[in-house]
Amino acid sequence: MSTKPRTLYEKIWDAHVVDRRDDGTCLIYIDRHLVHEVTSPQAFEALRLAGRTVRRPDLTLAVPDHNLPTTPRVDAAGARVPIADMESAQQLAALEANAPSFGIRYIGATDAAQGIVHVVGPEQGFSLPGTTIVCGDSHTACHGGIGALAFGIGTSEVEHVLATQTLLLQQSKTMEVRVEGTLGFGVSPKDVILHIIGVIGAAGGTGYVIEYTGNVFREMSVEGRLTVSNMSIEGGARAGLVAADDLTFAYLEGRPMAPKGADWDAAVAWWRSLATDPGAVYDKVVTIDAGDIAPSLTWGTSPEDVVAITGAVPDPMSFADPSKQEAAKKSLAYMGLTPGTRMQDVPVDSIFIGSCTNSRIEDLRAAAAVARGRHVAANVRQALVVPGSGLVKRQAEAEGLDRIFIDAGFEWREPGCSMCLAMNPDKVPPGDRCASTSNRNFVGRQGPGARTHLVSPAMAAAAAVTGHLADVRELVGEAA
Amino acid sequence: MKPLSTVTGQAISLREADVDTDIIYPARFLLVTEKKGLGAYAFADRRATPGFPIGEDNDRGILIAGPNFGCGSSREQAPWAIGDLGIRVVIAESFGEIFYGNCFRNGMLPIRLDAAQVAALHDVAEAGGTIDVDLAARTVSAAGDVLPFDIADDRREALLNGWNDTLRILALHQDDVSRFEAAQRRAAPWLWTARI
Repeated sequence: MSTKPRTLYEKIWDAHVVDRRDDGTCLIYIDRHLVHEVTSPQAFEALRLAGRTVRRPDLTLAVPDHNLPTTPRVDAAGARVPIADMESAQQLAALEANAPSFGIRYIGATDAAQGIVHVVGPEQGFSLPGTTIVCGDSHTACHGGIGALAFGIGTSEVEHVLATQTLLLQQSKTMEVRVEGTLGFGVSPKDVILHIIGVIGAAGGTGYVIEYTGNVFREMSVEGRLTVSNMSIEGGARAGLVAADDLTFAYLEGRPMAPKGADWDAAVAWWRSLATDPGAVYDKVVTIDAGDIAPSLTWGTSPEDVVAITGAVPDPMSFADPSKQEAAKKSLAYMGLTPGTRMQDVPVDSIFIGSCTNSRIEDLRAAAAVARGRHVAANVRQALVVPGSGLVKRQAEAEGLDRIFIDAGFEWREPGCSMCLAMNPDKVPPGDRCASTSNRNFVGRQGPGARTHLVSPAMAAAAAVTGHLADVRELVGEAA
Repeated sequence: MKPLSTVTGQAISLREADVDTDIIYPARFLLVTEKKGLGAYAFADRRATPGFPIGEDNDRGILIAGPNFGCGSSREQAPWAIGDLGIRVVIAESFGEIFYGNCFRNGMLPIRLDAAQVAALHDVAEAGGTIDVDLAARTVSAAGDVLPFDIADDRREALLNGWNDTLRILALHQDDVSRFEAAQRRAAPWLWTARI
């Protein structure tokens, strides 16, 4: 092993090399594999056809999330409610059958621990610092928030990991995104990552693994770090990382699947040793002043289309790059927006508080703090709050957050991916505008013709109660 | 996997930047649990747009795309759908990384070239000119220019030979994996004792 100073990413990479080729391609060992219903059926089918087994079922965890309706899953008599959509029902049934037949632990739809895979992993202590984690889902980058090297893979790779517990990979370049200073009042981790993507661009991180450094991330809660790392892929980076520290260890200790006793102490000692060495060199460094970050949101159909809530819809001609001018024109036509309109003057029809980006307890607390004592505006047709897991839901209910949301006119749902991706009954109707705490504002992402503005949980709640995109700072006083 | 060595012919030009995997393969069709025949859903929400250059009757094997092509989700249905339309080579300034990797798994070749080179290839494609892709030589040739491209040797070799990575690792590296596991078990026993 080299004695040259190394980054966190390089240390995790080096610790997982099974074989190294002359061209730098490495066979990398995978420590944890999350499986959900959408990207796994073809993989299990291929294993079955080839007569193969899963090499390490003990490192694999299956949880349904994408298709699952967020309406009640058992009726008053305690019977499971059938899923109306036939194809969804088949896909969910396939996972429920594949998991036990390949010896994989399965957390089913009616289990209190069920939730979005990227919420369940850290919550159960399945995801651990310094591990390699994969899932057939691009937002696997999320688990980088606890210092794991975590990235999304395609279905062929899902099959490959099930069969071999490895992947052939080329090492990425490293990018440091350093945010130093003091975040302003009302600025959340979601605003931080939206701002970062606005700075580096949707392809800015392509070919890199991002490490988020600086006092802002050191002082940020673990849940906030998960939100930030989650959206690394929206900046083009397959993975993001925040070095594990005492906050991470406090978050993970005692979780059901986390190491215990002497194992825990040994693990913590190793995790501490993974922090980037002084003098280690990143291939690229981006420095951002925390004071420049406002409560932010997207105006267009790329996650890089970011503007402060105090700003206005940009003029496409204000972009230097002619192809960006064209893209912005198309975006604004799709979004039904006119250049120069103040963002705060844009009315909304739908509100979505949820997704692997923003459905943890701190997110729900932030939204509830705005919703408390207020009511969803008359022009808002649907306002969903979808906890990231059954355990988040239970915690929120213990804190009375469900009552706050319900009293304010929100719907309080069962855990799942919900309105993030229009694969289940929760969709934004064509032409409707949604303030959404999810991660993608792509054309049609929340349903054909749906118009998405990505926002933080507090900003989504502010939009819900005012009926338009709104600056949360005007609703919640600094002293509150 | 079908080997790929050379692809020659007219190409499709799709200049738009940031064509994400939701555009290539809308999420609602992810409920289809097949791998084959997905060309029917490729660009489903764009087909009706006048002048959209990709249809089910596609007979061109090369797609010249805009920057950041295939960004977004990990869905392998994106390359499955494009591949089902007969497209074997996609050339762009940059790609979504997961899409880029998924292509190789399906006998498809994504090629990164610089912006000016891609712009020239769009012009050739729109004029109906012929483009030659030679994987062994690592070149794209069009309108008298020969453009070299980078590709990892391992990926090039696998594609030229039509190797399946899973078979390859199972055949060649099972012992390496077992050795790694034994060493990891000694060094980080807590990874082995965790109850999942």
